[in-house]
Amino acid sequence: MSVIVLLILFSLLVAIIFLIAFIWSVKSGQYDDTYSPSVRILFDEKSKKKPSEEKESKEKGPEKNKK
Amino acid sequence: MKEVRTIEKVICYHCHDVCKDEHIVFDNKDFCCNGCKTVYEILRDNDLCTYYDLDQNPGISLKSKDFNDKYAYLDNEEIARMLINFSDKEKSRIVFFIPAIHCSSCIWLLENLYKLHEAVEHSRVNFVRKEMTIEFLHDKISLRELVELLATIGYEPYISLDNEGKKKQKSINRSLYIKIGVAGFAFGNIMLLSFPEYFGFSGISDRLVQKFITYLNLFLSLPVVFYCASDYYRSAIQGLKQKFVSIDIPIALGITALFSRSLYEIFTSSGPGYLDSLAGLVFFLLVGKWFQNFTYEGLSFERDYKSYFPLAILRKDAGEWKNVPVKNLAKGDLISVRNQEVIPADGVLVSESAAIDYSFVTGESEPVNKKKGEYIYAGGRQTGSKIEIEVIKPVSRSYLTQLWNNEIFQKADDSNLQGVVNKVSKYFTLAVLGIAIAALVFWLTIDFSKALYVFSAVLIVACPCALALSTPFTLGNVMRIFGKLGFYLKNAHVIERMTEIDHVVFDKTGTLTIGKAATVVFDGEELSENEKSGVASVVANSTHPLSEKIYQYLKGSDFAGKAKDFNEIAGQGITAEARGQLIKLGSKSFVLNGESHLFTNLDDELTTVYLQVDNKFKGRFIIKSHYREGLERVLSSLSGTLGMSLITGDSETGADQLKKFFPTGSTFSFRQEPVQKLEYVKKLQLSNKKVMMIGDGLNDSGALKQSNVGISVSEKSTNFTPASDAILASGSFQKFHQLFNFCFTAKKIIIFSFVISFLYNVVGLSFAVTGNLSPLFAAILMPLSSISVVAFATISVNLMSRVKNIL
Repeated sequence: MSVIVLLILFSLLVAIIFLIAFIWSVKSGQYDDTYSPSVRILFDEKSKKKPSEEKESKEKGPEKNKK
Repeated sequence: MKEVRTIEKVICYHCHDVCKDEHIVFDNKDFCCNGCKTVYEILRDNDLCTYYDLDQNPGISLKSKDFNDKYAYLDNEEIARMLINFSDKEKSRIVFFIPAIHCSSCIWLLENLYKLHEAVEHSRVNFVRKEMTIEFLHDKISLRELVELLATIGYEPYISLDNEGKKKQKSINRSLYIKIGVAGFAFGNIMLLSFPEYFGFSGISDRLVQKFITYLNLFLSLPVVFYCASDYYRSAIQGLKQKFVSIDIPIALGITALFSRSLYEIFTSSGPGYLDSLAGLVFFLLVGKWFQNFTYEGLSFERDYKSYFPLAILRKDAGEWKNVPVKNLAKGDLISVRNQEVIPADGVLVSESAAIDYSFVTGESEPVNKKKGEYIYAGGRQTGSKIEIEVIKPVSRSYLTQLWNNEIFQKADDSNLQGVVNKVSKYFTLAVLGIAIAALVFWLTIDFSKALYVFSAVLIVACPCALALSTPFTLGNVMRIFGKLGFYLKNAHVIERMTEIDHVVFDKTGTLTIGKAATVVFDGEELSENEKSGVASVVANSTHPLSEKIYQYLKGSDFAGKAKDFNEIAGQGITAEARGQLIKLGSKSFVLNGESHLFTNLDDELTTVYLQVDNKFKGRFIIKSHYREGLERVLSSLSGTLGMSLITGDSETGADQLKKFFPTGSTFSFRQEPVQKLEYVKKLQLSNKKVMMIGDGLNDSGALKQSNVGISVSEKSTNFTPASDAILASGSFQKFHQLFNFCFTAKKIIIFSFVISFLYNVVGLSFAVTGNLSPLFAAILMPLSSISVVAFATISVNLMSRVKNIL
């Protein structure tokens, strides 16, 4: 039966790790702005495009907006 | 209209505004103005056109892209040092508040700022707070250049030195999150560990395991009692010191009873204690607090004159003009105020003449003309050419800023101690203590050991968790609904205070009338196209507000022809030659020039501009201010229960029409100064009235602060709004009476939730008094009552908002 003590302690340890992670995330300011990270993750990093591609995407741009 | 034009709406590629007749075509795209085109060019050249793909209408229309010396003061090191957060040998870091941030494209562009300028190392946007943090190499780009770069692409930072309050708010929020996290953690684990107990598995053969679990629970509850709940003890003690029985007293009492009872049971091995109920209680209370503490971080409710006044001004130092911080101004300094700049201190005009727009200070919409040697009050905006002023009083002692020395601005906000909950809690606490003591005395005569047991059980079960949750959840929901409708409250207590109002005071200009917008009517013989074009090209050259309005009115005309011999006499009018016509435009005496007796039938009731073309009187432009949409409905609806007053800095001109909207018995005061407005509100309060002030300008600040509820009306949420309890978007003004009435509905919902929580208390108490309160029963009853009250409050607020048709 004493194995249950071990299990409880272990589960508590896991829970405490998560609690510490939560406290860290609050202190590092992750809850100060809950909107921009959700948008930021969708930004594509467009690195050095060829001029022809650029034109294409520009023409597509406004069309997308019309939807 | 003689000719029929096919109107095809041309939409600006950048800002998505409808383009005016003369629009610019560039790169096969339409632009409404040069500013938008410039931004597009900058973005295209730097390969940043993704900006236009991310959101529907990201661009911000630029009013002017010519800053001249607007940001010259940022070159001043003292000012720069105050603004920059952190600086080392190479890098500096600064946080800007940028009101224009509104969509995902904004975030994208601002975070790609390094592509526009190599000296920008890193930039990050906080969307909720509309803030942007930039790290830049200060050897390669000056602060001024950085601000100008942001302004050129349409994101002009709002620079002010007063942002102390915001930092405080941030730390409060963070510690509340942590408290909720810790309490939730403890609550969950204690509940889990108590499960065997709930189901009566006392058959756990190993007594040691049982003991281990109880002590583990005790260990887990320690941070809850001593850290998470600490605010409740503090505010209960504070309340007792001020002889005020707030809701926090029975809460603190309940927590203490729960904890000491549990300690007793655990140490005497007589039971598992009530630690699960304790952790749950604190957790629910904290969640309620978080829900109510919801704030609009992008808005500021605490601004004073400092955020309206310029940071720096040009001062003559030993023959040289230098930018100095305004707080360093002293008597005798000579300062220079440019077009559209705010005069920071009281002084005497040194230049020949000035036209000063005091609309924000007094509410009077026409600029005031001053001559050399006249006294000028701070707070006005110079319109026209640059003027020089000799300072008479330093900024803090100027006429306008003295308003903030009034005692009302020093008083601490004690709104948290008001409200229905705290009124009820006084009786509640007394009743609970009464019952507990009565039960104690009764049981003492029968069984001594049971007496203490019953006494603590009463305190435990009566802990007003549900009671304390009903208000935050009702008001928090109402606040969110109001926010969707453009009515932003500083905190949830404002709703309760609004239900106590019995008198409402309105400001006129900018509140009941729309500040800038006006209807222009031409009264006289019809003008030919040529004359219209002539007048349009003349007024296009003038910065006078009335000229701008006439220009808007004539905008359809072609005004390609330049005006010649343009001559503007401040306070009188304009003469100029345009399209071969001699045009004279201005006040009655200026235009009619002694012949005014010929036109005796022209009454002076309204704001008028007279027009003469080639020495022949043509007629006059009548400028009427616009009343807000739905004004009549709002006023008549509010007048049912409230007394009403109109108080304005404006003259009585044209107010007759407005008076008709007010019910009989309302009072009207004209030409009131800011301090008089404050005094008026105070006088009403002394006659036992609860006053709501609705205003907009800096001149209303005193009255807004003095009133029980101060609401400032704002055209755009990014505009300056004086310190107030709530900000009402001008577009929502027509719904104001509905919003106001909904506060009463909210109050009823709170009272209903009180009834529900009392019922739970009665059930719980009947068990406690008879000595039958088991830990399991407490662990079920307390969360159940809390959850049902929260559900009732949330559902009924949302339901009622639909029934009352405000959404």
